[in-house]
Amino acid sequence: MTQSLDMLVETPSQTAGPYVHIGCIPTFAGVEGIYPQDLGLSPIEDGAKGQIVTITGSVFDGTGWAMRDAMIESWQADAAGRYAGQEGADPNVSGFCRFAADKDSGQFTLRTVKPGAVANRDGSVMAPHITLWIVARGINIGLHTRLYFEDENNDQDPLLARIEQRHRVDTLLARKTGEGSYHFDIRLQGEGETVFLDI
Amino acid sequence: MSDQKPLMPRRREVHPLPYWPDYKTSVARSPSLPLLSMESTTSEETGPRFGHSTLGPLDNNLIENYTQGAAKAVGERVRLHGRVMDETGRPVAGTLVEIWQANAGGRYRHIKDTYFAPLDPNFGGCGRTITDDAGYYEFMTIRPGAYPWPNRANDWRPMHVHFSIFGPTFGQRLITQCYFQGDPLIDLCPIAATIRDRSQLDRLVAALDMQNSRGMDYLAYKFDIVLRGRRQTMFENRPEGM
Ligand SMILES: [Fe+3]
Repeated sequence: MTQSLDMLVETPSQTAGPYVHIGCIPTFAGVEGIYPQDLGLSPIEDGAKGQIVTITGSVFDGTGWAMRDAMIESWQADAAGRYAGQEGADPNVSGFCRFAADKDSGQFTLRTVKPGAVANRDGSVMAPHITLWIVARGINIGLHTRLYFEDENNDQDPLLARIEQRHRVDTLLARKTGEGSYHFDIRLQGEGETVFLDI
Repeated sequence: MSDQKPLMPRRREVHPLPYWPDYKTSVARSPSLPLLSMESTTSEETGPRFGHSTLGPLDNNLIENYTQGAAKAVGERVRLHGRVMDETGRPVAGTLVEIWQANAGGRYRHIKDTYFAPLDPNFGGCGRTITDDAGYYEFMTIRPGAYPWPNRANDWRPMHVHFSIFGPTFGQRLITQCYFQGDPLIDLCPIAATIRDRSQLDRLVAALDMQNSRGMDYLAYKFDIVLRGRRQTMFENRPEGM
């Protein structure tokens, strides 16, 4: 026998189910009047510094169907690469947003500031990116991934560098579709499957 | 930045299998390629904060919050409470806990829920609170009804409350479900069965807590939650492999 490590174990995940909107964005789900407004409606407020960008896309299942029920959370740094709560962070950037696929088209839209490059503990620098967390019925544990921008320099990014099959890097790059607008699809399974993270 | 610490790696073996054919929707919604594993970075070691100013006085009372106190929801009155800790056993204070659930008849207030059990005009089905300094949270609610769902021809969800917990960093984000002690439907549920280790599934079953129940008023159930921990850093500046 040995000593006990005395550690607890993380509570297991369960699917968010089809009604996650009731709990997380009730007004969107039509449950009005409990909260004044949904949490995380926008990651920025007026006066946020930096370039405002609009990102649209869909979450596709393994059959190629744009899911109508996905909910996504995003977490990002401000234009200078600082996260809310860090010293010097832009007070008008909460960095957190909740958004859902449209119930008819399956398309989502995220309007935010383009984040700056982010410094790591070890001094390495990550290319500008937005962390995404996707939940829906049929997803038994929330899926982490990242959105990078194709028009930024992503060559030195430590996470992208770890992707062995280089063509899969493309699954994490938002495509520029115009000035300040990008397109980013998430594919849960199959051809063009998005790189998901255990991080 | 100084309080930033790497997250303990997720112990995937305690979590559900993403692909579980008995839960049909998971078949086309589970990644088929391995996840990319990496030590957490600043992006996972930071996270949104929600202050008490976010909350209204009835937010954690699902019996009354839909009518803002004007009328009470139908059902068996339940106090659902517990602590949020991390893997090191430390309380997770000041973190947002959100819940949602069906009404006493097993019906959600949602456009996609077409089950013919009636809606309760006094029940919305969501609540939220922020843990106190000891990581403690509590809700007043009604016991949700079990409900049938379109999967196999005769599948029923056990009574459950959905939980969403933030924790101090985005890498600790967790959504799970709380079941109720003694519910025979837990053993038959293909969603519960996505957790392959029965002792891990048991950790999602809230215990009847008579000590914290109140006679002639409510039954209490205790549901503790553990989030990923953060490692105390050593040698963090050394390159990999050293
Ligand atoms: Fe449910």
